[in-house]
Amino acid sequence: MSNNLKALGLRKSFGDIRAVDGVDLVVPAGQVLGFLGPNGAGKSTTMKLVTGFLEPDAGSVEICGDDLLAKPLAAKRHIGYLPEGAPAYPDMTVMEYLSFLASIRELTGATHKSALERGFSLLHLEPVAHQTIETLSKGFKRRVGLAAALLHDPPLLILDEPTDGLDPNQKHEVRMLIRELGQKKTIVLSTHILEEVEAVCDRAVIINRGRVEFDGTPQQLDAKAPADVTSNRLEWVFRDITSTDLQMQGGLK
Amino acid sequence: MKAIRIIFKREFASYFNTPLAAVFLVIFLFMCGIFTFQLGGLFDRGQADLRPFFNFHPWLYLFLVPAVAMRLWAEERRLGTVELLMTLPVNMRDLVLGKFLAAWAFLAVALAMTFPIWLTVSYLGNPDHGVIITSYLGSLLMAGAFLAIGSALSALTKNQVIAFVLCVVVCFGMLFSGFPLVLDFFGGWLPAFAIEAIASLSFLTHYEALSKGVIDLRDVLYFALVTGVFLYINALILDWKKAA
Repeated sequence: MSNNLKALGLRKSFGDIRAVDGVDLVVPAGQVLGFLGPNGAGKSTTMKLVTGFLEPDAGSVEICGDDLLAKPLAAKRHIGYLPEGAPAYPDMTVMEYLSFLASIRELTGATHKSALERGFSLLHLEPVAHQTIETLSKGFKRRVGLAAALLHDPPLLILDEPTDGLDPNQKHEVRMLIRELGQKKTIVLSTHILEEVEAVCDRAVIINRGRVEFDGTPQQLDAKAPADVTSNRLEWVFRDITSTDLQMQGGLK
Repeated sequence: MKAIRIIFKREFASYFNTPLAAVFLVIFLFMCGIFTFQLGGLFDRGQADLRPFFNFHPWLYLFLVPAVAMRLWAEERRLGTVELLMTLPVNMRDLVLGKFLAAWAFLAVALAMTFPIWLTVSYLGNPDHGVIITSYLGSLLMAGAFLAIGSALSALTKNQVIAFVLCVVVCFGMLFSGFPLVLDFFGGWLPAFAIEAIASLSFLTHYEALSKGVIDLRDVLYFALVTGVFLYINALILDWKKAA
């Protein structure tokens, strides 16, 4: 099976801080990877590195066989990216915004139209099509961001906290959508919500202080908790892997 | 090229989607009026030309162009949309040019809306239309150079106020180097060719030549060069931010 995302030895420092310290992410087609870690662990930075927003200090990124540094335009065409916080132009209507992105993604004529229709119906955006983005609720904004990432039907989706700010119904819907899309596409999503990993991911990667601390299936992650832990088992493992020594002494565990 | 057009369209529309266009145009035209008729004394001079109008443009642009330029990249950074733009399959060159051209076109609209002053002078007398046309051309070129400086500085920060202040300071330097005060100061002890070199760096020197009705290719090239260099710096800053 081909690897839609192949990032090897990624390193990135900001001043003295090593945000990403030797991360490998090789994700085959049809896999949904949950990217976990405490705040500041390097999740968003890693995503910025594999989408080409930031350049790594060291390491390589290959998207569907195209090297991101050598052939940035070709590589970027394969990616649909939802940045952290789902940024969008507040003064544009949802229709204008998605239409702008479809045009710049070189979708024209009938493909342009059908891409928009698909985006609107997948994310149920029809009621807000002509509302400006600044007037939308957090949930709708996030859905606009998701629609924007999906427009050009990319083989690789990088989603930074796709369900953040959604209500439980919307969360459920987005998870269903991710699972459905995950049958054909490669999806890397970051989240704080561990149940989400069980619900939608085939694979979980936990990163802490810029390093990969766990890489396996959600079942393997679950198996790391001792048998006497009966509830919130994933949370137990997550804390076990990512807590600092200080926190452990403080009795967090 | 296609990407430039799409970016241009979005940017240009964004001026008119927000109150920015209305506020800017009203203030620009109001200031033009004050400068031309009150301070410049267009009527009192009894001459059918637009010199009082064009003479104030450098000083008007010194504050108004940075106000347009400051948002170009700082705003994208603040909103986080810069992340969206830079992960699109679009060249940096197309992004920088698309945004710059949209802002320049907006300034051109503002400048075009000053046509009643031209009409007034034409009605009252018989001005030299050639001089007025080259003055408009010079003014537009100078606005573009100011704007390119502002665009590059705006890429440095997500704080629009910082971008504005930096831009005013650098533009002021570009203007001031041709000011008689500065040139007289150097005039006492520097050889003539050095004075000329300092003066030739200034927007004022080249703008004044154009606003006298002389289209010297060197003046046009000067503004084109300053614009080009700063847009290139703009792209370098964005690249540098990516790797920093």
